[in-house]
Amino acid sequence: MKRVYLDYAATTPVRPEVVEVMKPYWTEKFGNPSSLHSFGQEARQAVEQAREQIAGILACLPEEIFFTGTTTTSDNLAILGAARAAKKKNRGDHLITSSVEHHAVLDTCRVLEKEGFRLTILPVNKFGEIDPGQVEKAIDEKTVLVTIMYANNEMGTIQPIKEISQVVKKKGVLIHTDRPGSGLLVHTDAAATVEYLDLKLENLGVDLMTIGAHKFGGPKGVGILYLKKGVEVEPVTFGGHHERGLWPGTEAVPLIVGMAEALGLAVSSQSSAVSRVTKLGDKLIKGVLEKIPETILTGHPEKRLADIASFCFKGAEGEAILLRLDAEGIAASSGSACTSGTLEPSHVLLAMGIPPEIAHGSIRFSLGRETTEEEIDYVLKVLPKIIDDIRKMAPKF
Amino acid sequence: MTDIQGLYSKKVLDHFFHPRNMGELKGANGVATVGNPVCGDVMRMYIKVKSHISKKLPGGSKSKGKSEEIIEDAKFQTLGCGAAIATSSIATEMIKGKPLEEAEKLTNKAVVEALGGLPPAKIHCSVLAEEAVKKAIEDYRKKKTSSKHQIPNNN
Repeated sequence: MKRVYLDYAATTPVRPEVVEVMKPYWTEKFGNPSSLHSFGQEARQAVEQAREQIAGILACLPEEIFFTGTTTTSDNLAILGAARAAKKKNRGDHLITSSVEHHAVLDTCRVLEKEGFRLTILPVNKFGEIDPGQVEKAIDEKTVLVTIMYANNEMGTIQPIKEISQVVKKKGVLIHTDRPGSGLLVHTDAAATVEYLDLKLENLGVDLMTIGAHKFGGPKGVGILYLKKGVEVEPVTFGGHHERGLWPGTEAVPLIVGMAEALGLAVSSQSSAVSRVTKLGDKLIKGVLEKIPETILTGHPEKRLADIASFCFKGAEGEAILLRLDAEGIAASSGSACTSGTLEPSHVLLAMGIPPEIAHGSIRFSLGRETTEEEIDYVLKVLPKIIDDIRKMAPKF
Repeated sequence: MTDIQGLYSKKVLDHFFHPRNMGELKGANGVATVGNPVCGDVMRMYIKVKSHISKKLPGGSKSKGKSEEIIEDAKFQTLGCGAAIATSSIATEMIKGKPLEEAEKLTNKAVVEALGGLPPAKIHCSVLAEEAVKKAIEDYRKKKTSSKHQIPNNN
């Protein structure tokens, strides 16, 4: 059967070049980077070289890069670590986030709320956008951390992260006069963006940023936390000096080496990926909206990630659509309640004001570097009948 | 997201991909809609019940034979996930041709068993199927009694 993978936002295949550079670090150069002998030292060298490579790409210092387990663990370390460190120094106890964040951010903020932090969850407009003006208004003299994603993984809306950083910094200087530059911090989860958006830290203006390798052609099980020099973060796990005590545990040497290679390839091929994927994504969006009535595109119509084409099909349920697509060899995902293991549809769709009965019919296609026009044509051929069949099964009101 | 095909038994997938008795039932005398679109699942169950005189007492006279009510036909319409479609599909098969008293005893557990099991998060779909059958029977009975009451009024 023909198989079409359109779930690149869930995970991407590891690039062959990445597999190649990881190879020596499984059995040949297998040493523990903490060991003093030559086996350890060649592994240490690989880890530090990867750190330098990554710092070069993101335009930051090597000592600002910390290797972790995944984007989720990076988010936990960034948010818990920075908030707790600030509270301990009596800088404040207030956090700001948005209603469309990944659970890695939202659930972590809620943990802090239980610890006694005040949490402001900012609303979004119908396109899923956060207004920098609202961020500014939400800041009070006790705010220590603003965590807003760079772009949304479910519906693709890009947040004005540069503007948000600017307003936060402007306010931060006024309220944390003891630490004008780093009393009020900005964190961004950039997991969904690596292959498509500008990642130069000097442009973004954030203090903390998290990404994970498997979203951009790297291996699963390794992530990055960028921590601007001078930003104080407490560890959340314990037991070693690794990553300067912030992420204890023996470094995943092959994965770290692979991640550096993947990041280099993703960023160097970004402009061609953007133009190719945008063309295919636009074709998919236009085709779906033209061929299937009672369909809405979710997220911002323009300010969106090139790879994400997400829809709600009224009067059809997401899981049923996925099962039918899967039977045709097409892999996608859904924010329907039935696919999430809870009885609530996606919090992201609800936050944009999409009623639950429509959110249940959500389907996200996410394209990647290997997506072809033929695959998009195949989806456009198969999908209208699937939606039609499913709608015909539903009772009429 | 998990392997969606792997979540379900072969029987569930068979009923999802090849639903039995799907659509509107013309001439149904019992109909019920359960669930609601906000929760994601809506089921409508149609039944057509007919009374059969099973036995005639000897001698004729005024005594009638014992009549038995049989679900001659059942159909469904469902908006919902794979499990919602499969449970409503198999429920129609389980009540079709059955006497009303027997159909009424259909439990969600029996539906789950007939489907070869359901993932824990989907058990509520079987509850919905049971409810749909019971409410459709209830609707039939209500219509029956109200039409009986109407006859003397019309006279």
